[in-house]
Amino acid sequence: MKHFLLTTILAGAVALPAYAADYSVMAPAAPGGGWDQTARSLQTVLQQEKISKKVQVINVPGAGGTIGIAQFASQQKGNPNALMVTGYVMVGAILTNKSPVTLKDVTPIARLTGEYEAIVVPASSDIKSVADLVAKLKANPGSVSWGGGSAGGTDHITAGLIAKTAGVDPTKVNYIAFSGGGEALAAILGGQVTAGISSYGEMESQVKAGTLRLIAVSSDKRIEGVDAPTLKESGLDVVIQNWRMVAAAPGITAEQKAAISADIEKLEKSKGWQETLKTKGWSDTYLSGPAFDEQLAKDIASTETILKDIGLVK
Amino acid sequence: MTTFDFLMQGLVSAAEPMNLFYALIGVTLGTMVGVLPGIGPATTVALLLPVTYQLDPTGSLIMFAGIYYGGMYGGSTTSILLNTPGESASIVTALEGNKMARKGRGGPALATAAIGSFVAGLIATLALAFIAPYIVKLALVFGPREYFALMVLAFVTVSSAFGNSSLRGLTSLFIGLALSLVGIDQLTGQNRLSFGVPDLLDGIEVTTMAVAMFAIGETLYIAAQGAQAPDRIEAVKGSVWMTAKDWSRSWKAWLRGTVIGFPIGAMPAGGAEIGTFLSYATEKKLTKHPEEFGDGAIEGVAGPEAANNASAAGTLVPLLTLGLPTSATAAIMLAGFQQYGLQPGPLLFATNPQLVWGLIASLLIANFMLLVLNLPLVGLWVKLLTIPKPWLYGGILMFATLGTIGANPSVFELGMLLVFGLLAYIMRVFDYPIAPVIVGLILGPLAEQQLRRALAISQGDVTVLVTSPIAAVLLLLAALALILPLILRARGQGNALSQLAASED
Repeated sequence: MKHFLLTTILAGAVALPAYAADYSVMAPAAPGGGWDQTARSLQTVLQQEKISKKVQVINVPGAGGTIGIAQFASQQKGNPNALMVTGYVMVGAILTNKSPVTLKDVTPIARLTGEYEAIVVPASSDIKSVADLVAKLKANPGSVSWGGGSAGGTDHITAGLIAKTAGVDPTKVNYIAFSGGGEALAAILGGQVTAGISSYGEMESQVKAGTLRLIAVSSDKRIEGVDAPTLKESGLDVVIQNWRMVAAAPGITAEQKAAISADIEKLEKSKGWQETLKTKGWSDTYLSGPAFDEQLAKDIASTETILKDIGLVK
Repeated sequence: MTTFDFLMQGLVSAAEPMNLFYALIGVTLGTMVGVLPGIGPATTVALLLPVTYQLDPTGSLIMFAGIYYGGMYGGSTTSILLNTPGESASIVTALEGNKMARKGRGGPALATAAIGSFVAGLIATLALAFIAPYIVKLALVFGPREYFALMVLAFVTVSSAFGNSSLRGLTSLFIGLALSLVGIDQLTGQNRLSFGVPDLLDGIEVTTMAVAMFAIGETLYIAAQGAQAPDRIEAVKGSVWMTAKDWSRSWKAWLRGTVIGFPIGAMPAGGAEIGTFLSYATEKKLTKHPEEFGDGAIEGVAGPEAANNASAAGTLVPLLTLGLPTSATAAIMLAGFQQYGLQPGPLLFATNPQLVWGLIASLLIANFMLLVLNLPLVGLWVKLLTIPKPWLYGGILMFATLGTIGANPSVFELGMLLVFGLLAYIMRVFDYPIAPVIVGLILGPLAEQQLRRALAISQGDVTVLVTSPIAAVLLLLAALALILPLILRARGQGNALSQLAASED
C-alpha cells in the first residue's frame, strides 16, 4: 500500500504519459468538466475491472468539443485503441460552430450516462406550476427571463422547446446565458431571473433545502425519489436529456468495433461502473448498437430543428 | 457542539503527525505544479485529485487542501523571480515583484508574498468558518447590474493605476478589450472575430496572453539589447529577509488585500483576478512612496498576493454554504467531495459538520504548511537570479513554452504565444505598458456580458442600471474616482497634494 501510494504520487507529480496504453480516451474539454469526469471514470473502472491494462486520458479543450473531435477524426483514423467521450452538448456545438467535422466522422459506440433537466423558480416566486409559467410566457414572452448555461446548450434548447410546444414564438424566449451552472444557480437563487433550467443534479440540494421550487423535470417518466411532475404530465410534450457517449476512431474494421463495443458493455455491467454512477449522480442510459445509431440520428435532427427555431442556426 | 468545538476537534485530528505529513506532500505537489506557467489552481487540483483518493477521508481532505493552497501560491514565485505569472491571479504580482527581484530585493518580495498569503489565508479561512452565511447573502444580492457597476469601478480605478501616461495606458487597455471580443459570444452563441479559425472560437486564453506578454516579450527585449544589456542582476542586495521597514509597509497591505479579496472571491462571478487588480490600485493610491510604484514597491506585492489567497478561501463560501461551484476550481472540488460521499449544499453544515470543519481545519493546517515550506526556500529561490542571463532567459523561454503546451497541447496556442510575445516586445520598445492589455482581456468580457444580461432581463430599460442601491453607490464611487483628480488638478491643488505626499518621505 505504501509503495503504491508513493508511485501514485510520483506519477501524479510528473504527470508522465502512460507507457503503452491499451486505450487512450480523449476528453474534448478541459480537466474538471462533465466529459473529463466521464473520461477519468472510464479510465479508473476499465483498469480496476481489468478490462484494459492501461488507459490514458488526453484533454483537448475548445469550442464545445469541436476542436477535439476534429483532431480525433484526423489523427486517430483507423486506430482501434483510441476512444473519445462526447455528448449532447457537442451535437449543438457542431451546428452552431458550423464544424466541418461531425459525429458522422467518428464511430459512435454507446450512450453511457444521462442527466435530466429541471425547471425551477425561486421559493418566493408566485409561479407554482408549469401552467403558471406557460400563462406568463403566453402573456408576454420577454417578461419571463430564463437563467441557464451557455447559449445553444441543453438548457437553452430546453427553454426553446418549452416555448415552442406551448405555442409561443421560440425566438422571443428571453434566455440569459451564464458561464457555468454555479453562476446560473446564484442568479436564480438571488431572484435575478424568473426561472432557471439546469441538470437536476445541480439543483438537487437547493430543492431539498427548500430554497428553490422544482416545477418540472424533462424525463419521460417521473424520476424515482423526485417529487415533481414531468413536462409531459404538465401538458408539454418535451423529453430531453443531456447524455454522454463514447465513440471510437473512424475507419476501424467491423471486428475492431465489435471488440470495443464488447469492452464497453463489460464496463457498463461491472460493479465498479454502477458504483461510479451512484457517487456521481449520473443515470445509466446505456444504449448501443443499431438502437443507439437510430436514437443519435433522431437527436441530431431534432436539435437542428430547434436551434433553427430559436434562431441560433441559420 | 458549538462552532468553536467543531473547529477545535477538526484541528486536533488534522494536527496528527501523519496528517501533517499529508499536508506537506499536498502543499509541495500543489506548489510544484502551480509554478508551471499556464497551469492554474483549477488544473492543478484536477490533475492531482486522484492522488488523494488513496487515503482515508481525513487524510485526503488535508492533502487536497494543501494542493489547493499550494497551487494558488505557486504562481507567485515565478511571477516575482522570472516575470512569468503562473496563473492569471498572480499577474499583478509580477508588476512590482519582478522589479524588486531585479534590484536585489527578491528575498523580501518572496517573503512578503508568502507571509501575506499566510495572513490572508488565515483570516479568510476563519471568516469562512464564522461569517460565511452572512457573506453569501451579500453575494447573492449581486445580480448582473451590480456586477456591471463593479466592473466600471474596476476599470476606472485600475486603468489610472498603470503607467504614467494615460494615453498610452488607454491604448493598451483598448488593445486588450479588442482582443477580448474574439471567440464565441456567450450570450448568443455567435462567433466574433474568429475569421473561421476553429482554435479562436474559445477566445484568447488569459494565461497564454499573460505568459506571452510578460515572459516572451521580456526575453525578446533583453535579447535585442544584446551586449548593451545591464550586467548580471545582483541577486541579493541588503538582507534576504524583510527589514523592519518592509514589515511596516507590508502589514496594512496584507489586511487591505484580505478585506478586498475575500468578498470578491465569494461572489459567484467575482474571480481572483479582480481582487488583485483592485488591491493593487488601492495600494498605489494609499502608499506614501508613490515614486516606487512601477519600480518595485513592496506594497504592490503584499496587497495583491494577500487578495488572491483570500479570494481562494472566498470561493469556498458559496460552495460550502450553498453548494454553488462558482469557479472552475470549485467545480472540480465538488467532484472531489462527492468521492467522499459529501454533497455540498445548503444542508451541508447541518448534515455533515465533522467533514466541513475537518476541511476548514485542514485549510488552516495547509496554510501553515505553505509558510513552513516556502519561507526556508526563499534563500534558495533567489539564487536562481544568479544564473547568467543567456541561461536564465533561455530557461524562461523553455519554461513558458512548456507550461503553455502542457495546459493546451496545440500548435496554434504556441503560435499565439509567439505572436503576442512579439506584440509585447514592440509595445515595450515604444514604451506602452503591457499590464492594461491583460486587464482589458479579463475585465472586458465580464463587463460586456453583465451589461447585456442586465439589459436583457429588463428588456432594454436602461434605468435598471442605477435603480439598485448597490449599483448606484458603486457607479457613484467610479464617477468620483474619475472626476475628483480632474477638479483637484484644475484648482492647482493636485500639485500641492503630490508635494505633500513627497515631503512625508
